[in-house]
Amino acid sequence: MSTQLTDTPIAAVDIPLETLNSLDLLESEAIHIIREVVAEFERPALLFSGGKDSVVMLHLATKAFWPGKVPFPVLHVDTGHNFPEVIDFRDRTVERLGLRLEVGSVQDFIDSGELAERADGTRNPLQTVPLLDAIAKNKFDAVFGGGRRDEDKARAKERILSLRDEFGQWDPRNQRPELWNLYNGRYTVGQHVRAFPISNWTELDIWRYIARENIELPGLYYAHNREVYERDGMWRAVGPVSEPRPDEEVVIKQVRYRTVGDMSCTGAVASDAVTVHDVVREVAASTLTERGATRADDRISEAAMEDRKKDGYF
Amino acid sequence: MSTVTSLEQSTLFRFATAGSVDDGKSTLVGRLLHDSKAILADTLDAVTRTSADRGFGGENGSTQKIDLALLTDGLRAEREQGITIDVAYRYFATDRRSFILADCPGHIQYTKNTVTGASTADAVVVLIDARKGVLEQTRRHLSVLRLLRVPNVIVAVNKIDLVAFSEDIFRTIETDVKAVAASIGLNDVVVIPVSALEGDNVVERSAHTPWYTGPSLLDLLETLPTTDELERGLEPFRFPVQLVVRPQGALAPELFTADDGGASFRDYRAYAGQVASGSVSVGDAITVLPSGRTATIAGIDFAGRSLERAVAPQSVSLRLSEEIDIARGDVIAASGTFGEVSQDVYAELCWLSTKPLREGSKVLIKHGSKTVQGLIRAVTGKLDLESFAYEAASGLDLNDIGTAQIRLASPLPIETYALHRRTGAFLVIDPQDGNTLAAGLVKDHPGDHEDERYTI
Repeated sequence: MSTQLTDTPIAAVDIPLETLNSLDLLESEAIHIIREVVAEFERPALLFSGGKDSVVMLHLATKAFWPGKVPFPVLHVDTGHNFPEVIDFRDRTVERLGLRLEVGSVQDFIDSGELAERADGTRNPLQTVPLLDAIAKNKFDAVFGGGRRDEDKARAKERILSLRDEFGQWDPRNQRPELWNLYNGRYTVGQHVRAFPISNWTELDIWRYIARENIELPGLYYAHNREVYERDGMWRAVGPVSEPRPDEEVVIKQVRYRTVGDMSCTGAVASDAVTVHDVVREVAASTLTERGATRADDRISEAAMEDRKKDGYF
Repeated sequence: MSTVTSLEQSTLFRFATAGSVDDGKSTLVGRLLHDSKAILADTLDAVTRTSADRGFGGENGSTQKIDLALLTDGLRAEREQGITIDVAYRYFATDRRSFILADCPGHIQYTKNTVTGASTADAVVVLIDARKGVLEQTRRHLSVLRLLRVPNVIVAVNKIDLVAFSEDIFRTIETDVKAVAASIGLNDVVVIPVSALEGDNVVERSAHTPWYTGPSLLDLLETLPTTDELERGLEPFRFPVQLVVRPQGALAPELFTADDGGASFRDYRAYAGQVASGSVSVGDAITVLPSGRTATIAGIDFAGRSLERAVAPQSVSLRLSEEIDIARGDVIAASGTFGEVSQDVYAELCWLSTKPLREGSKVLIKHGSKTVQGLIRAVTGKLDLESFAYEAASGLDLNDIGTAQIRLASPLPIETYALHRRTGAFLVIDPQDGNTLAAGLVKDHPGDHEDERYTI
């Protein structure tokens, strides 16, 4: 018996190298993680905003369980300041795939007095409370997110399976080591796990994958004409929650969004990238990070994302 | 930076760095990212501003004048204390490859961080300060890499500019490195003279080291083979089953609209997982472990496509010709390539927790897609990383590496890590709080070491 184990034969056949490119490998890794979480957790859910990263996550989930349908509901924390076309896209996608949608509403929490509007009008940091509330109410024990490590310096240190305590808090100094492709999803009462299967993807990988898989996105990811004004070096759309100040000139410009968060803090970039292939080329040549180019909330301080994550943010 | 046309062929290469702050590791990583144009303008602006605030020169925005380490330190405490606490992942791409870099801090919990980074790495870059040469820590790092079987080990002799680009000093260190590597059985270590601060031999070969004729660090990273490329043809097929895909009523909506209303999928049954090693083709004879039942591969499915063949590390679903009892945690293996499943494991444990290991502890063992209970029957030795020899021990503490005998509650298809990276690795998990306690590497069969401490 002992010799059999140590001498497990090594196949002698010489197999020609397959052409698995970087997207094939990233896709395979993500599907492995999604399946692992579904197998090990009782009640997983996917954070789905209609943004490109969450759309890619949902696409990967459909591939992971084919021909079965995606075996978990989706959860959206609606700031009340989302782009209407993105909400419309969200609803159509959920309908197409036959999924259940849970919505946590920032507006409801503001109306009930549990949250207060910030002086700067930005609602992204306010998402944490409704998120944790939805997780607790639905007893979700694992929540998939489309977070990527290339987005931010704090995210770069987060595990693929990230344990959160009773308060949803992330403890960056006390994370479990993640070894090989063995993911430890164990948690105790009150804790839950955030799972980030596309941790290792970059913005360019996401766009190349969207092009390769022909994935539909909300139209505002592509260049279109919009009424905008310039603030903090970003083009901000004119809208009910993003009014220009008297000294800010409104112009019609061809723009697109690199991220689609809260309208009050998400800026557009000037772009003539009309097709997905144009966008791939644009992103490959970009000299700015997507958050740096378009997110006012991450410019608040050097550790803005870290602070939000410690409090239970995505 | 990569161009779009080259992207279709680009492959993925994972590497890690090991070394301490004093060796200039963060600076090297910053240099690699900066010179491969992976640092975008807004990030660089932020770093330049912070560097200037902290008294760095900053004239003309020249890179020598910014604190390159700021590019990699992510957490508030790290920036405040000027140290790196945790493994950070970085991404950059060249025309040939996309890189995933696990930046592992060296000075605190170096075993934990190095083991973590090295477990998935196709290559590890170990830093040495040219003024200090091979230190105890270098030896420890190389020992850990040897244990984890990292396929490509590169030693970067950094700060070569501070020893006036001296060939003599470099050759002495190179000889020392090779001697240490040989003593622990580590082959093919590549040694490169670099200056992370000045950029010598990092991306481009340097004119300051005419006596060095080898490639630059980035050249090496672009051309070294990946683990899968090295092993794909050598290892037999192994496939831990993650899930049984049996949609029945819960079929994907678009399949209902097919002509037959989804009838052709009503009895669909497949086993989903990721190929851990080797390859599988339709028609192959397989054996299910631990049950030993056999069948033939009837189909390989991936999201609506039928494949003739799948290789590591593809995620697919396998259909079998016979209906046999298979559940999550089972391993599908090429028939005739596996010995016997075992309820006893003799393994190397890299202890990663502050909670010490004691004989008699009950733990959880996660191997592939299966988690079973385990009993630590005996700790049989602790590795002295300097001598690479084992000394007697009865427990293990944080950052210790040692051997132990573990009795499992049910048999697992374990194989030796020395031959089988995936099926020879497991996690040791604390059943109380669920934390990961150790990285386990199956050493060889426990029968060879049966109660060696008790039978005397």
